[in-house]
Amino acid sequence: MINTMECAVDAQSLISISLRKIHNSRTQRGGIKLHKNLLVSYVLRNARQVYMNEKYAEIYRMQQYEEVMTVCNEIQELNPLDLVEDCEEQTADCCGSANESASLCGALLPVSHQAPSVQHLQPSSACSVPLALQSEEVCKAPEPSFYRSCCAEAYPVSNCDFSPVNSMHCNKTTVLDLDTHVVTTVENGYLHQDCCASLQQCCQGAQSPAKKRKLDFGYYVSEIEEVPDFTPCKRAKFEDSSYASTEPLDTSNISNLISIFGSGFSGLVSRQADLEQALNGQFCSKQALASLGAWTRAIVAF
Amino acid sequence: MDEEIDTRKINNSFLRDHNYATEVQPVQTLDYIDSIKAFFFSDNGQLRSFTQPEPPLMRRQEAFNRTADIISTVEFNSTGELLATGDKGGRVVVFQREQESKNQPHRRGEYNVYSTFQSHEPEFDYLKSLEIEEKINKIRWLPQQNAAYFLLSTNDKTVKLWKISERDKRPEGYNLKDEEGRIRDPTTITALRILLDHKTVKLWKISERDKRPEGYNLKDEEGRIRDPTTITALRVPVLRPMDLMVEATPRRIFSNAHTYHINSISVNSDYETYMSTDDLRINLWNLEITNRSFNIVDIKPANMEELTEVITAAEFHPNQCNTFVYSSSKGSIRLCDMRTSALCDNHSKLFEEPEDPSNRSFFSEIISSISDVKFSHSGRYLMTRDYLTVKVWDINMESKPLETYQVHDYLRSKLCSLYENDCIFDKFECVWNGTDSVLMTGSYNNFFRMFDRNTKRDVTLEASRENSKPRAILKPRKVCVGGKRRKDEISVDSLDFSKKILHTAWHPNENIIAVAATNNLYIFQDKVN
Repeated sequence: MINTMECAVDAQSLISISLRKIHNSRTQRGGIKLHKNLLVSYVLRNARQVYMNEKYAEIYRMQQYEEVMTVCNEIQELNPLDLVEDCEEQTADCCGSANESASLCGALLPVSHQAPSVQHLQPSSACSVPLALQSEEVCKAPEPSFYRSCCAEAYPVSNCDFSPVNSMHCNKTTVLDLDTHVVTTVENGYLHQDCCASLQQCCQGAQSPAKKRKLDFGYYVSEIEEVPDFTPCKRAKFEDSSYASTEPLDTSNISNLISIFGSGFSGLVSRQADLEQALNGQFCSKQALASLGAWTRAIVAF
Repeated sequence: MDEEIDTRKINNSFLRDHNYATEVQPVQTLDYIDSIKAFFFSDNGQLRSFTQPEPPLMRRQEAFNRTADIISTVEFNSTGELLATGDKGGRVVVFQREQESKNQPHRRGEYNVYSTFQSHEPEFDYLKSLEIEEKINKIRWLPQQNAAYFLLSTNDKTVKLWKISERDKRPEGYNLKDEEGRIRDPTTITALRILLDHKTVKLWKISERDKRPEGYNLKDEEGRIRDPTTITALRVPVLRPMDLMVEATPRRIFSNAHTYHINSISVNSDYETYMSTDDLRINLWNLEITNRSFNIVDIKPANMEELTEVITAAEFHPNQCNTFVYSSSKGSIRLCDMRTSALCDNHSKLFEEPEDPSNRSFFSEIISSISDVKFSHSGRYLMTRDYLTVKVWDINMESKPLETYQVHDYLRSKLCSLYENDCIFDKFECVWNGTDSVLMTGSYNNFFRMFDRNTKRDVTLEASRENSKPRAILKPRKVCVGGKRRKDEISVDSLDFSKKILHTAWHPNENIIAVAATNNLYIFQDKVN
């Protein structure tokens, strides 16, 4: 029976529900049902897109606000009376154009324009949003909703390029082809149509780290090893990220069934902690995640 | 004729989860059969009255609500004389229509159980560590060519050809026991055996005492040696009538051709070939040959990571033996001509309707996935069923469907909940009536819907015992969408989504329908005035 209260059509809950379905399908009688899992992967993708768009829109607004406040504060030092108008102008400028003053709007440069070097940018109080892995569709969104972290190293970015760092993030899945009985190792995600903006961490001073974290669960293990590349604020992020998050992790690379199964559900964290415990206590434990050998080499029979 | 037996059998109890039925027992077939007579559209569009006997067996059904009894397919044969159902436990039950008798005119042509047999057993694929369900996914009848009936039944991996034949005479007399007095299997008595030496038949003349007769026909039925001087003639068995016995024997087993789950089978109009369809491939078989099949469609991508759609159903054209269609999970239908090439990956026609962007949601892909495709009897039209609609396509127009019927559009706002409880993945089937003028498909709450293409009228009926009194009219039901609910209406939130009608069948010539509601089968037919 359907509840009279329609379930919250929330992207995050849909993602966790979908992952749970895929997980359960592995133990279902009769084997993995290709059709159903394909449909679930579509829901996952749609939910992820919405989730990402919402997040970026929110962060954009956050950044805008903070940028404006920074400008306003600076202006206020000069002339308290010009506060309001200048702030508005600055906001408009920041929103609209690309190459404004490096100190302010450089942080807001859309990915596709250029790769400003880090040195020119002063880290603002709020690091900008990380660039999680995105699908092509998201990258092609008309609004400039994707920003490079001001804290990050400069990565050469084009729509479908990937940096050396990214390749180290690649998850390996062992795939058994049911027809030819050939076992192949598949490098997930980056080889094909997925857009390959670099994956970066972010510190969100204002927000709770767990909520804003954009860690793709599939790449969890390798990222722990990449810690030295990141600034201290990111390192702090890692410590936080080891705690169980109350939100489901972002499933950046869910463009296909292989990667979903291969990533081992290490990010399957549901809002209901007790359900997690019932499912598998491993999901939350960092030790288990660290020993993800079995997970990252999941044998997917398709 | 080779008969291959699949010897990979497992102990049922080993693999059963405690949630499932623990054993598949030879069930009393009438447990889940519920014959209710009711009516629907008459030829003039009027709803006629219904009648419903109360068979005593109905009471027992509540006690036997096992998963294995859930009906998974329903199919009339080409004359409508027989009706076959398959269930999750791998059993097939065949009903036969009674001959009309003048003595009981009101019991015109009821369907009674004719044969029951276990078609498929659960299996285990040791190579891939996969359990293979015994659930019957589809049954298709072959056209009748002699006294016996033939049907194809399939589970996820194996198609079987079954022969259903009657025996109403029994041989009696001689030549039925072997030399030790054991009764011989009547089916193996293929010839009288005269005196045999190795593999040679020899005719001996017994006239001298220095030779001793050996062989057959020298002992009587109890094994006592007969006096040779009394052997003057061979005695042959005599056929005596017996109670009708219907037996089903597997004649062909078509296995090891599908990597993925079989979802459809379709017999070709040439009556020589048929095709079986799984998620990614379609294979063409000759009904006589089990060790070879031809792959005619293969949509498996070179890299499985690029998989975007699967095949959901396929059917041969009713008249043109070179033409077939298959539907996909993306909502498109492809018509293929086998004459163009051996591998029909390139379609001849592609039927696709562009998606309405205003209806875009998280679940757009799921609800556009086609769950069933059926040619009309004429072969001119196609009918497709997706989650919320039934569409009729003209073969000659690929750009958009001819007609679209909303089955239960009130569910559009409930898709999220239906996704959570998995109902959004339900695969509803759809059927044409004999004249291609009425469409029928199932819904939830044991409702099923009929659409009259000519008058554009539609009706919602319910298959349930509680709401149908004997000889009462089957009342049209209505789902109230919002606001005020009238007296007989049901609100969307009161619908029982565990009661779903996925499988229905329509008699090829008459207005008789079979509706499978979970583990009950309802048969409705026109009333005779």
